[in-house]
Amino acid sequence: MKPKISRTMIIFVTVIAASMLSSLANADSALMRDGFKRPTDIPFPEENGYTDAKAVLGKMLFFDPRLSRENNITCASCHNPSFAWEDAQTTSVGTPMSRLGRHTPTVLNLAWGELFFWDGRSESLEEQALGPIQAGGEMAQDLDLLIAELKAVSGYVDMFEAAFPREGITAENIGKAIATYERTIVSAKAPFDHWIEGDENAINAAAKRGFELFNTKAKCASCHDGWNFTDWSFHDIGLGDADEGRYEVLDIDVLKHSFKTPGLRNINERAPYMHNGSLATLEEVVEHYDSGFVKRASLSSEMQELNLTKGEKHDLVAFIKTLSSNDPQVSLPKLPN
Amino acid sequence: MLSTPYKNATICLGLLVACTAPSFSDDSVKVTQKGKQFSEKQLSLKAGQSVLFVNDDNVAHNVYTIIKGKKQDLGLQKPNEENSIAFEQSGTYRVRCAIHPKMKMVVKVE
Ligand code: HEC
Ligand code: HEC
Ligand SMILES: [Cu+2]
Repeated sequence: MKPKISRTMIIFVTVIAASMLSSLANADSALMRDGFKRPTDIPFPEENGYTDAKAVLGKMLFFDPRLSRENNITCASCHNPSFAWEDAQTTSVGTPMSRLGRHTPTVLNLAWGELFFWDGRSESLEEQALGPIQAGGEMAQDLDLLIAELKAVSGYVDMFEAAFPREGITAENIGKAIATYERTIVSAKAPFDHWIEGDENAINAAAKRGFELFNTKAKCASCHDGWNFTDWSFHDIGLGDADEGRYEVLDIDVLKHSFKTPGLRNINERAPYMHNGSLATLEEVVEHYDSGFVKRASLSSEMQELNLTKGEKHDLVAFIKTLSSNDPQVSLPKLPN
Repeated sequence: MLSTPYKNATICLGLLVACTAPSFSDDSVKVTQKGKQFSEKQLSLKAGQSVLFVNDDNVAHNVYTIIKGKKQDLGLQKPNEENSIAFEQSGTYRVRCAIHPKMKMVVKVE
């Protein structure tokens, strides 16, 4: 009799322990998932609150080639909605058809951003928008000339008046309208979001393992966290080129060769990757983080060799691909003439 | 000139203070960094007071502050490290993490 009881006991204890462990693991993964819930509202700053008039006008400006000196380039030439608001180039081509030093970043989900450009040199989207219009290598436009040009289009005069009563067409208001439109550019729900909301079949087992790795062994979430998969932080992840990035804007040692952490939404539509467009595929990105980075003094202390197995690398990529949403088609605005 | 016993006493006292004093003065304020946030959004201090910045996170931070164009940089702070900044001049300081610019606070010194 005795041995039987103890065997039952052992089984009983084992079952209890196993179920405790698995519920612990479940709690862990529930906790992990909690941090990735989508926000319900887009934040707009007090100084530039949302109105339909501003957003409609901003969209027109974003798609209007008359913003460039030679009337041949729009914001969307480089931030193209067909490529998840990038341009599929290593580094982009501007006016007059010159190569820029850095890769075009997406304008998706920037309403939640803190500092703008790869090196964070711009404090707001309002300020940022006026940069490329004037930049020699981008749209090369003189702001006063642009304002005169827009004032000659009666449709624009009316729309600026509606969006900014008694102010009309000014550089500041061009920035405000474009920024308002940009904040409305938000990626839609992806399979990952459906999974977060409780649909267990929304992503497959490999992707679920990949999510776990992303948060644990692969340590991606120490920088790519939250629903947009970025904390908007600056790091040297060891790409090895000479560009000093944020250090040129703020001379603090830790910022040498550091660049802004991009969000990872719709990322498989956004190749090539990184500030210099040097990585062509997500597989190359994962290899980079595993062991392909350059070790130098400024390398982020969050960067360590990962020793991922082939299977783990595969799972990580499978997970990242679940962040892509099938966003509604962007219609081209009719422009005033 | 101090007599020898006095001198000794002073040295002893000095040592005692050095040994027992915490690494920051009593009126220093502690601010923790956790979840990529400062525990305070705003602080009011008297000139000369200092703030001890403690990293309770599992990622590194780098606190810095600029006042009147002068920068004070605490350098890289790994998890569990701590370091303090003395706020000597009156004025309004903006404190930020150089790595995580969403981490920011305002320190008013009078
Ligand atoms: C010739 C290509 C080109 C054109 C045209 C262009 N951009 Fe960009 N844009 C870029 C590049 C390249 C960067 C990154 C530059 C850097 O960080 O140094 C960038 C950065 C940005 C960013 C910052 C994104 C971030 O994550 O910080 C925003 C916002 C932006 N552009 C909006 C616009 C707007 C609005 C226009 C039109 C007024 C425009 N761009 C026109 C290429 C372009
Ligand atoms: C130390 C912070 C940090 C960690 C950890 C980290 N990243 Fe990044 N990630 C960045 C930064 C910063 C960039 C932009 C670097 C650049 O262009 O110089 C980036 C860029 C990327 C890009 C390209 C985005 C684009 O728009 O081109 C992808 C994809 C990416 N990371 C995925 C991952 C994955 C997967 C992991 C985990 C294996 C990971 N990251 C870990 C900070 C980090
Ligand atoms: Cu920080």
